[in-house]
Amino acid sequence: MAYVEDVPQIGGAISSQIMGIVTCAYLGATILFILALGGLSHPEKARRGNVFGLMGMTVAVLATVLTGISNNYWVLAVGIGVGGTIGLLLALRVQMTQMPELIAILHSLVGGAATLIGFANYLDPDTLNYYTGASLQIHDIETCVGIFIGMVTCSGSVIAFGKLSARISGKPLTLPGRHIFNLFLFVISIWAGIVFVSTHNPATNHMSISLVSGIFPPVQGMPSGFVALCIMTVGAFLFGIHLVMAIGGADMPVVISMLNSYSGWAAAATGFMLNNDLLIVTGALVGSSGAILSYIMCRAMNRNFLAVIAGGFGTGGGSRPSAADQPHSDVVTVNPDDVAELLTRASDIMIIPGYGMAVSHAQHAVAAITKTLREKGKIVRFGIHPVAGRMPGHMNVLLAEANVPYDIVFEMDEINDDFPMVDVSLVIGANDIVNPAALNDPNSPIAGMPVLKCWESKVAVVMKRSMATGYAGVDNPLFYMENTRMFFGDAQKSLEEVYRLLTA
Amino acid sequence: MKIGVPKELYAGERRVALTPDTIEHFRKLGFTLAIESAAGTAAGFPDEKYVTANIEVMSSAGALWQSCDIIMKVRPPTMDEIRLMHVGQMLISFIWPAQNKEIMESLAARKVTVLAMDSVPRISRAQKCDALSSMSNVSGYRAVVEAAGYFGRFFTGQITAAGKIPPCKVLVIGAGVAGLAAIGAARGMGAIVRAFDARKEVKEQVQSLGAEFIEVENKEEGTGVGGYAKTMSNEFIEAEMTLFRKQAQEVDIIITTALVPGKPAPKLILADMVEKLRDGSVIVDLASEQGGNCELTEPGKVIVRYGVTIIGYTDFPSRLAPQSSSLYATNLRHLLTELTPLKDGVIKLDMTDEVIRGVTVIKDGSVTWPPPAPKLTLAPPVKPAVNSEHVAKIHGKAASADKGSWVKLALATLIAAAALTGIGYAAPSAFLMHLTVFVLAIFVGYMVIWNVTPALHTPLMSVTNAISSIIIIGALIQVSTSVQLVWILAAIAITITFINITGGFSVTWRMLKMFRK
Repeated sequence: MAYVEDVPQIGGAISSQIMGIVTCAYLGATILFILALGGLSHPEKARRGNVFGLMGMTVAVLATVLTGISNNYWVLAVGIGVGGTIGLLLALRVQMTQMPELIAILHSLVGGAATLIGFANYLDPDTLNYYTGASLQIHDIETCVGIFIGMVTCSGSVIAFGKLSARISGKPLTLPGRHIFNLFLFVISIWAGIVFVSTHNPATNHMSISLVSGIFPPVQGMPSGFVALCIMTVGAFLFGIHLVMAIGGADMPVVISMLNSYSGWAAAATGFMLNNDLLIVTGALVGSSGAILSYIMCRAMNRNFLAVIAGGFGTGGGSRPSAADQPHSDVVTVNPDDVAELLTRASDIMIIPGYGMAVSHAQHAVAAITKTLREKGKIVRFGIHPVAGRMPGHMNVLLAEANVPYDIVFEMDEINDDFPMVDVSLVIGANDIVNPAALNDPNSPIAGMPVLKCWESKVAVVMKRSMATGYAGVDNPLFYMENTRMFFGDAQKSLEEVYRLLTA
Repeated sequence: MKIGVPKELYAGERRVALTPDTIEHFRKLGFTLAIESAAGTAAGFPDEKYVTANIEVMSSAGALWQSCDIIMKVRPPTMDEIRLMHVGQMLISFIWPAQNKEIMESLAARKVTVLAMDSVPRISRAQKCDALSSMSNVSGYRAVVEAAGYFGRFFTGQITAAGKIPPCKVLVIGAGVAGLAAIGAARGMGAIVRAFDARKEVKEQVQSLGAEFIEVENKEEGTGVGGYAKTMSNEFIEAEMTLFRKQAQEVDIIITTALVPGKPAPKLILADMVEKLRDGSVIVDLASEQGGNCELTEPGKVIVRYGVTIIGYTDFPSRLAPQSSSLYATNLRHLLTELTPLKDGVIKLDMTDEVIRGVTVIKDGSVTWPPPAPKLTLAPPVKPAVNSEHVAKIHGKAASADKGSWVKLALATLIAAAALTGIGYAAPSAFLMHLTVFVLAIFVGYMVIWNVTPALHTPLMSVTNAISSIIIIGALIQVSTSVQLVWILAAIAITITFINITGGFSVTWRMLKMFRK
């Protein structure tokens, strides 16, 4: 593996023995990263895996700094001190319900760093000294790709952060002709990238001058191609924003995984640019991880990845949601008293949490009820839909925070056939993931999406704030079923009341 | 050998020791059978049934006792019956040797062999002969049925259009066979059932039937020899009383089944607790024959005290005579199968066999009761199968979204091959080396990530995010440059990636720390 031996910036200042040590340290870091991801196969091993990841990062950074490859120590100290402190504070202060936002904003940082490093690399005069001819052309393409992906990740993640933290409306932005606009931005970026590659390379410069000299004048003190690179970056910036703006709230799990993937590809592209295999391997690991997550999320919604990315979902049938806003007359409503009664009499209970549980911070009340019911000898299980919440694994994290043991929390596929044996299913703030129309109604917008078949249990208690539809904007026939009881109100308050009645 | 089944003489006893459908089995063991006329009538088996089954129906009890080698009965024999016995004869029935010293002495004096169905040792092999369990099972069920008869409401709660009906709450004291049968029956009728037992080991059995197991704050273990309960200390009984007093204010029906072998039944429900019960409540005292678990129980009677019906019947199995007769006859059949290994109709009393040793209380006139202590205690309770035990599915399925279209696959392969050839032709070797590493790393990632449990997808995202901060290496290299603009950009990159490194790893740590069993 070639890790650092041909990095231009290092030059001849570092001996080959030291370079060998650094290469081996990077190799060690790579293995530690793989172990870190492998550890996540089971909660018991995951903590050790996280330590491996941290060790890998420490080894890589220390090897780079201690061997003198990075020797601007004051700047390093300030950067590491400031960045490290901010990161630690963020991590310690964030609430578990805000996890999707935190992850989104952290993605934007990786993207931003990739952009900055790409620009720094471009601005470094050594680059032109080191690369010539075809290798410079490839290097410039790598720089372009790195900056492009980095910028899309960065701006897209910022928008995702805004949507998740409700600073921006979760509704998809559907500009007229938005696909054309996306295509336009993409083409502009590619074109600017091509211009940059040809302008930057002295060997091909003459050609580009004749093409574009009027539009992209050289900038004083900057290497050639600066304006083209900037235009490409702005194109990527707008592309990232518009891409995520067009995607609705329910599709956020896909978006987050996609951005997760992009941050990896950005790192990999930067690795190509810097001839650094550690970055390439790590980026590829992260990139494929995010891609697999996106695939899992898409499969859980029975949607095509491209269709999700194209956005606009959740606006179809605009007249239907308003009609269903008022509580329907033919639903059976229950009060906390009845719910406590139902739970007391049941022996097998399935709890299906959704985004509503996260919104109302009801996970602690859910956990308390679970504990009480389990102490009474009842079987209590959780059924988690892969896209419940706003991020893959969102519900699991919230339940874990509230001390729900992970061995009673099951994935949809594990428990979906058990519903006929379940006495009471308790749906907390979920809608589309328990919609029978997905299986029964081929014309439904969510037809074919796998859903939790809670209506097969003897009684399904559905907790909701109102009769409003879910993010998909689809009416839910579950609410009108004979064995469904609607339990309206704020999930946290209602569940606390149920808990009080259960323990009274 | 000839087996004779006389009519039960005990007042109100409806059971019979032989049912028509077991006759064929006895015959296969080599026995001939006779039954006294009208012995099975009360249990729903008239003489014609026995005649049809082709056995002798004798009208005279005396002749039956005289002519048979083996007498099978339900209740212990009366003194008159004992006088009918002759030397060498065998009697199989309930005896209760501890309580019935006189009967034992008289039987021994007649130089007979007596097998007591109440003395079958409690080991797994002997379960099929265990008549006590069979009868307890019937009693437990019947106790609930009797209680339901006297209780004025539904067992099951309902939320109907006409209003809410609260469910009936049943407390079962003593979770032996009778107690468990009562729990099962009451649960089946929809009641909320709580059960108490001094033996902690029955907790799982209670819970597996859907009842709540209530406990006292006392560490004493109540399991005595052979899986029966033992007499408890005073402190434990105090704690028990407190618990029952509290429960009395909540429950509607109390079914007591607490027995300690060879001792009068412990008094668990005192008068003040009965007073605490709501009007219309029912107490069923299954220990009534041994004096009763309730202080106010009058054996054999149904009384009302403080508005509470107290059922003190002593003949619960007899109240379900067809069922208990059939179970008892089957127990007898299994015992005789043990006794006639050669199936030749000749009893072989192998006193080295633990089951036979235990059940034989008098052998040829000499008392062999009590047997030596059993070698084995009850097998540990079998864990009820909980249906939450699921094998985690392996997400080994790759992205085989469209298996059918080989054409697509072939096309994709061609394109990939062409692209790779093109790259290989044009690109410098250094790039190709990196590309190799890149593609291999994607495959490693693919393999590793599919093994990640879906529950940890969020930590996966945060840790991959932290790991992708490895991009900092680029910035670390660039920050050493002398070009000011470059190192400033690199310094910003270092700062923001470090936010990511510390933030990503520590938030992952925070999340993973929360995942626990």
